[in-house]
Amino acid sequence: MPESNMDLVASVILILVKIGVFFALFMLILAYVTLLERRLLGFFQERYGPNRVGWQGLLQPVADGIKMFMKEDVTVSEANKAVYILAPIVFVAAALMTFSVIPFGDVIWPATMEIGGRVYNFTLANANRGVIADVNVAILIVFAISSIGIYGLIMAGWGSNNKYALLGGVRAAAVMISYELAAGLALVGIIMTTGSMSLMDIVKFQGGCWFGVIPKWFCFTQPLAFVIFLIAVFAETGRTPFDFTECENELVAGYQMEYSSMKFALFYLAEYGHMIAASALTVTFFLGGWQGPFVDVPGLNYFLPVIYFCVKTFMLVFFFIWVRATYPRFRYDLLMKLGWKVLLPATLVNILISPFTMKLFGYL
Amino acid sequence: MAEPEIRLHQEKRKRGETETMEINMGPQHPSTHGVFRAVVELDGETVVKVVPHLGYLHRGIEKIAENRTYHQVIPLTDRLDYMAGASNNLGYCLTVEKLLGIEVPPRGQYIRVILTELSRISSHLFWAGANAHDLGAMTPFFFMVREREQILFFLEMITGSRLTPSFFRVGGMSMDLPPEFRDECMKFIKNFPPRVDEYETLLTENKIWKSRTQGVGYLSAEDCIKLGISGPMARAAGIDWDLRKNQPYSSYDKFDFKTVVYHGCDAYDRYRVRMMEMRQSNEIIRQALESLPEGDHSVTMKGTLKPPAGEVYMAIEAPRGELGFYIVSDGTAQPFRMKVRAPTFVNLQSLPKMCEGKLFSDMVAALSSVDLVLAEVDR
Repeated sequence: MPESNMDLVASVILILVKIGVFFALFMLILAYVTLLERRLLGFFQERYGPNRVGWQGLLQPVADGIKMFMKEDVTVSEANKAVYILAPIVFVAAALMTFSVIPFGDVIWPATMEIGGRVYNFTLANANRGVIADVNVAILIVFAISSIGIYGLIMAGWGSNNKYALLGGVRAAAVMISYELAAGLALVGIIMTTGSMSLMDIVKFQGGCWFGVIPKWFCFTQPLAFVIFLIAVFAETGRTPFDFTECENELVAGYQMEYSSMKFALFYLAEYGHMIAASALTVTFFLGGWQGPFVDVPGLNYFLPVIYFCVKTFMLVFFFIWVRATYPRFRYDLLMKLGWKVLLPATLVNILISPFTMKLFGYL
Repeated sequence: MAEPEIRLHQEKRKRGETETMEINMGPQHPSTHGVFRAVVELDGETVVKVVPHLGYLHRGIEKIAENRTYHQVIPLTDRLDYMAGASNNLGYCLTVEKLLGIEVPPRGQYIRVILTELSRISSHLFWAGANAHDLGAMTPFFFMVREREQILFFLEMITGSRLTPSFFRVGGMSMDLPPEFRDECMKFIKNFPPRVDEYETLLTENKIWKSRTQGVGYLSAEDCIKLGISGPMARAAGIDWDLRKNQPYSSYDKFDFKTVVYHGCDAYDRYRVRMMEMRQSNEIIRQALESLPEGDHSVTMKGTLKPPAGEVYMAIEAPRGELGFYIVSDGTAQPFRMKVRAPTFVNLQSLPKMCEGKLFSDMVAALSSVDLVLAEVDR
C-alpha cells in the first residue's frame, strides 16, 4: 500500500473515532442537560426538582429514558404517516449535524505519531484538529442545517392531523425563518472582520488580549451583533420567552402534541440539542470559542481548549435556563414585529458601522 | 347587497378566499383552569368567534340545598368557590342571619373578617401565580404558592381544613381562634408586603409582561355595567364599587382600607388591582387582629333553625366579585329555594366581548384575567 494512503487511513480512523466519541458524549450531555434544567429551575423556584432517582437525581435521565421506551407508540388516525414519522428524525438530525462544523478545541491529537515502528501523519483533512469538519463555508452550513431543522417542526405540525399542532408548526415556520435572517445578518460584521466563513478561523481570530486582560472576543468589538444574535438564537431554539412553538398554555403542546414514546423523546432531546448548539455557536462567534489563557502551553494545549469551550457553552446553557425561569412568554405577533422592525434594521446598522469598528480596533 | 356584505366581499378579494378554523379549547386545556370549554373560531391566529360551553362541573348545589337544613348547607357553599371557601361561608351565613334578623357578636364578626381576608389573599395569590403561568412565567407561581401555603396552614390551624373550612355557623363561628394564632399571623402579616414587592419586581414593570397584558382583554366601564361585571374586573375598569365599602357588612365599616381602582380596563390593571387588594387585605387583617374585641364569638342558637317565611338577598364582596345568596324560606327547617349569584359566572359572560377580533394568545390572557373558578360557574 502506498505510504500516503496509510496516512489517509490513519486520519479517517481518527475522524471516525472523533465522531463516535463526540456522538456518545453529546447524547450523554443532552440527557443530563434535561436534568440540569430541571434542577436549576427547582433552584430558582425554591423547590427541589428531581432529586430522588440516584444521588441528587443523577439517574433521573436514565429513568426517563426507560420510561419513554416503555410507553406505547401511538400514531394518530388520519395522520400523514410518512411526514409524521420523518419529522422527529429530521429535527434531531439537524440538532446533531450543527456540531459537525463547530470547533470544540484547537489541536486535540499530535500531528505525527509513531505506532508500531512507523510514523503516521494525522493532519489529513484536519483530523487532528478539534473540529469534525473544518469547512470554509461553515457559517452557511450552520444556517442551512438549522433551516432543515425547521422542516422537522413544520412536518410535525402538518403530519399529525391536529389543529393545535398545525398552529404550532405555522408559528415555528414564521418565527424561525424571520429570525434566521436577523441571526445571519448579525454575523456579517464578523465575516467582514475575519474575512473567513470557517468557524476555526473565526475562533483563531479571537485569540489574544488587549492590555493583557480584555480578551479579543467579538462580543466586545461587535456588541450590537452579539445582542441581536443572542435574541435570535433564543427565538430559533424556541426557548422562553419565545417558546411559541409548544406554548403550553395556548397550544397545549404545539407541534409535538400528538407524539408519544420515543418520538416525543426525540423532539425533547432535539430541543435541548438545539439549545446546546445555539450556545456553542454563540460561544464560537462571540465569546472566543475555545480561546482562553494558557491554550498554547505545550502539554496543556490538547485538552485545555476543550475545557474552555465546554465551560463557556455550559455558562450559556445556564443563561438560557435562567432566562426561562425569569421571563413571561412574548406574544407571537410582537415577536414578528420585533424581528422585522427592530432586529433586522439593527443588523443593517451593524453592518454599516462594522468597517468603522474594524478601523477603530485596527483590523483594517 | 348590504354594506357589511360588500365590505366582506372586498376583504375577501383583497386577501384571497380563506377559511376559518374551529378549535376546541377545553374541556381539557391547560389554561382553562378546570373544565371549561370554549369553541373558538380562528382566522389564522385571530379569534373570530368564541362560544363558551359550561356545565362540566355541575353538581346541582342549589337543588341539593333545598333538601338540607340551614346548617347543613354550609359545607355545600365551601364547594362553590373552593379558592376562597370562607367567603362563601360568610355570604351564606349572613344571608340566613338577615332572614332571622340576628346579629353576630363583635368578636365573631372580627374573626369572620380575618378568615375571609386571609382566604381573599390566598385566592388572589393563586390567581396571580396562575395568571403569570398562563402568560409563560413559571417562577412567580412558585413564589406565590409559597405564601399561599402559609395561609392555608393558618386556615388549617383555625378550622382544621385547608380549602373547605365550613367553620362559620349561622349566628357566629363554630369555635374561637386558637390562642397561638394571633402571634403567628402577626408574623406573617409583617412579612407579607415585602413578599408582594418581590412578586411585583418579577412582573409589574417587566416589558414583556406589560406588552402581554396592557390593552389585552379590554372591557370598558360601560360594558362592565351592562354585563353585570363586579369585583376586581370592574374596579380595573374604573368603577369604584366594593361592597365592603358601599354596603358594609360584618363590621367592615370599622376598618380603614381603600378601594383599589385603576382605569386601564385591561388585563394589566386587573393584575394591579388584585396585587393592591392583597396589600389592603393584609392591612385589614392587621387591624382586626390588633383590635380583636373580647366576648362571645357567636350567639346561642336553640333547637332546629326555622327562619320565618319570606325571601332575602344578601351579597358580599368575594375575591372574584359580588357573591350573592338569594334564599326563599317557607318557614320549615329547609330552604325552599336557594340561588347563588356566582361572580365568575357573570364575569365569564364578558369573554366573547374581550376576545373576538383579538389574537388567540390574548384570549388566554383575557380568560385568565377573569379569575375563573369553574366550580362556582357551574355550581
